[in-house]
Amino acid sequence: MTASAAGEAPESESGVSGWALMLRNVNKAFEGVQALEDVSFSVRIGEIHCLAGENGCGKSTLIKIVTGVYSPDSGTEIEVFGERHASITPAQARTLGISVIWQDLALFPHMTVAENIAFDESVGLIPKFFSQGSSYRRAEKALNRLRVDLDLSASLNSLPIAKRQIVAIARALHANAKLIFMDEPTSSLTQSETDNLLRIVKTLSTEGVSVVFVSHRLAEVIEISSRLTVLRNGRLVGVYDTSDMTQTRLGSLMTGQELVSEVSARDCSGNPPVLEIEGLSRSGEYSDVSLKVRSGEIVGVIGLIGAGRTELAHSLIGMTAPDSGSLRLNGRRISPRSVRDAISAGIAYVSEDRLTLGLIQQQSISANVVITVLSKILGLMGLISPKRQGSLVSKWIDELAIQIGHPDHAVSTLSGGNQQRVVLAKWLTTSPRLLILDSPTVGVDVGARAGIFRIARKLADEGIAILLISDEVHEVHYNSDRVLHMRNGRIVWEHDPASASLSQLEARVYA
Amino acid sequence: MNEAVAALKRRVGPETLALAGFLACLVVAFSAFSPRFLSVANFNSMAFQLPVLGLLTLAMLAPILSGGLNLAIIFTANMSGLTLAWVLIQAGGTEAGVAAFFVGCVAAVAVGATAGGLMGLVVAYTGAHPILVSLAMMIFLRGLGEFLTRGGDISGFPEFVGRIGHGSLLGIPVPLLVFGAVAFGWHVMLKYSRHGFSVYMIGSNIRASEYSGLPTARTLTLIYTLSGVLCAIAGILMVSRFNSVRVGHGEALLLVTVLACFLGGVDPFGGFGRVAPVAVALVILQVLSSGLNLLGANQHLSTAVWGLFLILVMVLRHMLSRARIFLKKRKEI
Repeated sequence: MTASAAGEAPESESGVSGWALMLRNVNKAFEGVQALEDVSFSVRIGEIHCLAGENGCGKSTLIKIVTGVYSPDSGTEIEVFGERHASITPAQARTLGISVIWQDLALFPHMTVAENIAFDESVGLIPKFFSQGSSYRRAEKALNRLRVDLDLSASLNSLPIAKRQIVAIARALHANAKLIFMDEPTSSLTQSETDNLLRIVKTLSTEGVSVVFVSHRLAEVIEISSRLTVLRNGRLVGVYDTSDMTQTRLGSLMTGQELVSEVSARDCSGNPPVLEIEGLSRSGEYSDVSLKVRSGEIVGVIGLIGAGRTELAHSLIGMTAPDSGSLRLNGRRISPRSVRDAISAGIAYVSEDRLTLGLIQQQSISANVVITVLSKILGLMGLISPKRQGSLVSKWIDELAIQIGHPDHAVSTLSGGNQQRVVLAKWLTTSPRLLILDSPTVGVDVGARAGIFRIARKLADEGIAILLISDEVHEVHYNSDRVLHMRNGRIVWEHDPASASLSQLEARVYA
Repeated sequence: MNEAVAALKRRVGPETLALAGFLACLVVAFSAFSPRFLSVANFNSMAFQLPVLGLLTLAMLAPILSGGLNLAIIFTANMSGLTLAWVLIQAGGTEAGVAAFFVGCVAAVAVGATAGGLMGLVVAYTGAHPILVSLAMMIFLRGLGEFLTRGGDISGFPEFVGRIGHGSLLGIPVPLLVFGAVAFGWHVMLKYSRHGFSVYMIGSNIRASEYSGLPTARTLTLIYTLSGVLCAIAGILMVSRFNSVRVGHGEALLLVTVLACFLGGVDPFGGFGRVAPVAVALVILQVLSSGLNLLGANQHLSTAVWGLFLILVMVLRHMLSRARIFLKKRKEI
């Protein structure tokens, strides 16, 4: 793969003020393993640039070199606003105007908005008198530059994530940042919050602040940035203009595999229905939902966050009770009151929140797989048989090709894609009739996503009914047999991927 | 040889091995300084002292594993002991028969289970913090006990009751037998039963456990109930060892049980910890206190040494885990 014409800046331009950051031949090895090899990376002043690549490709290492957390190996050239540096210390990075907004934001939850924004005034060798009035004024100035209105005296932990992010940006601006790195900034935002953030980022860019976006979401990467740099396995794949970039192409560049997006929809109307929902309502969450999922069918439910899709799933697994309506599974009326009820009825639920609900991160892979089927691994005197547990676990590890070190290792040691396979294993052990996949690719690398959907299709072929809930339109379009669009708690449209196009669905969902 | 060590490590766990190694050092050191340390008399005295603390520690262990704590263990044991005492006195005091003792034990266990079960229900269904719930239960039981006994001692039990606390069977002290049996049962329950599995999972992440279909409320209720039962057994042993009951007896042991748990490698935030290393930790504490006692040290000094020792262990553990992370990183990168 070669860098395109939009790639490395020609030598003659270096030192000219058009570049905020120019890195050449960045090398960084940790104990003999090359984390970055001859990577070049440059950002124009006022540019919105995207740094793309799968987990472990070297994105974070690169950011940490620019901000002085790591010092690069010899041969690396760093130029910030035309000035050459052999390496950068964290303090230097700050005075040079380089700032990073990490995913966890690193703010102070118990301090006010103003205190957070003006925080850097209060640190230093010599304690300064911290005047509330002036810090308020300066915090307000930073927010005005972003054209947002926030209550300065509100405590940070009273704000939603999206607003906290704005506080973090304002804090960077207040510290005179001219080059801001944002690490996965949209991963926990709703669509409208994301739009708002993208608008703010554009405002920054018109003011001459450069922004480097690090994001998994291919669609918004292409939408917002003007150029993008792709890394893979610590090497530069290339630098590209986003004007002629597609999601599919970017996905292949990141993974090094041809990712084909083909509509996989098929007609399952002849199969017997597994799940039948009739007029299901729960006040404040969803209303009058009726749908059918047939054996072997993958039904996508698309909706923005807050559309009621996860809430509907929670009622299917007995976490909440619907106010009215009926549920049938294989023709039998059910009303699950607990997850246990749902499991014995044949319903399995892969939660959208793998970190806190889907898996018990600290516990072993083995324990996480058998947690749903303890009664199947009992031996002598009704006690858990380690032998049965072991063979059940290794069966599913083989079946789903999960890459692990040892079944006794903590689940948290696995990559997102492998963790999601463990979740699938844990639910498939229950031999479900209906599998609910709620945003199954959150935090999963592009390459591993295809693998998850391959498994889903295989399960459907074995006769399982699958309800695929997602807020990524292309995901449901390409991987479902039928797509239901949910908005404000109601199903408002049925989309047939075989006959209607992706853009038609996009237009409806984002309307 | 190396393979044998590795196999042993897998079965017993590095935590237990490290503690056992430390215990061996302690025994060697004390034997070198005091000729009486390696005597039958000393071992007997340790074997009679250890079980009460041991049972209370196991009663503390399970709630900690579930992500909670049971601060009411001592007063639950006292109340159970009081129940047994009451039954014995109703049946004639020193004249009471074996049947009365048996009934008294059943009643004591019932009281312990009720106290624990109540805490468990509140923890499970209100989501109140176990520290608060068990603290409230502790204060309630203490007040109730002091009200009933007017703060005094109750004694005058039949002679055979004392023999349980001081007697031996096949050369092994009866209290040690009781502790051994309970510890084994506890080990099996935690490691191999569905209930034990749920306790660990809930201790790590109760919401994820619920989403996986584990009966979280039932598990919590049951684990506190069982903790109460263990307290009752400890209370019965205390009656037979001291031949009297007083509310507040053994109060100083409360925090020692927490100490023994942490010394045995139990995660203070729940989800991780095993019976075997905790049992070894108990022996270490007992050896420390008996050994210092034999060397003529003040009893309060040995309490101070326990505290210092725990701090030392925490620091060592921290350094070890840092070293492990460092080594792992070197390997990975």
